[in-house]
Amino acid sequence: MRQLILYLLIVGAGTGGELCVSRAMKAVGEAKDFRPVAVAGVIARALRVSWMWAGLTLMGIAFFSLLMALSRENVSLVVPVTAMSYAAGALGGKFFLGEQVTPRRWGGVLLVCIGVAVVIMGRR
Amino acid sequence: MKSAHGLHFKTYLLIFLMVIFGPLGNVLLGKGMKRIGTVSIGTTAGVIDLLSRVLTSGTIWLGIGSLITFFVAYMLVLTWADYSYVQPASAAAYGMVALLGHFMLREVVTPTRWAGVILICVGVLVVGHTPPRTTEPN
Repeated sequence: MRQLILYLLIVGAGTGGELCVSRAMKAVGEAKDFRPVAVAGVIARALRVSWMWAGLTLMGIAFFSLLMALSRENVSLVVPVTAMSYAAGALGGKFFLGEQVTPRRWGGVLLVCIGVAVVIMGRR
Repeated sequence: MKSAHGLHFKTYLLIFLMVIFGPLGNVLLGKGMKRIGTVSIGTTAGVIDLLSRVLTSGTIWLGIGSLITFFVAYMLVLTWADYSYVQPASAAAYGMVALLGHFMLREVVTPTRWAGVILICVGVLVVGHTPPRTTEPN
């Protein structure tokens, strides 16, 4: 049960954190100037958006959950769970960010999901 | 039309930077930390010793620089591109790690792992053929 909670935190908080960062960056607006000063300005504006801090906090929770899970289970068991993040990300993109996830994009996400799990399981 | 082309170009460019600098940063940090070796951090002196070794390691600084480059590229691309596009597209990093391991570090990459890399690449190509932005810009 404790392990299941950790897996949920790894995928849920990790993807949730990235979705919040994405929302913050959308609030900042499209970057069109890539000179160092302009990029620093984009980052400074992003740090003033509360979604960014929520995102960084959630990503921190996911990171420490991963460390805790790794201290209890083998890497080969824990890390394939992270492949689920791709499916969670597509769902979050659709419902949290209002993106149009077409059947083609779902197909690609599914292939990436399976591929990541196969890569991780084929390490040794 | 020209702006759609420009949008695709800058999206691919920043995802390419993410795919290069993310794995590179992790490898450099791992290498740097291994060179430092085991340090006891149970005492203040141990923590200071660890910090001084970390902060004087060129490999670790290169790793930190690579990861900062990765995160800045990630933040910038998300100002216009869909998260559901960027996240799976950046999984091409798994393929990059396998290629780097095989050709540069002469690591053994198992057939299962190559099969996974091919699946990821096909998935990335499929996602890459969808529009990078499906929401209205702010």
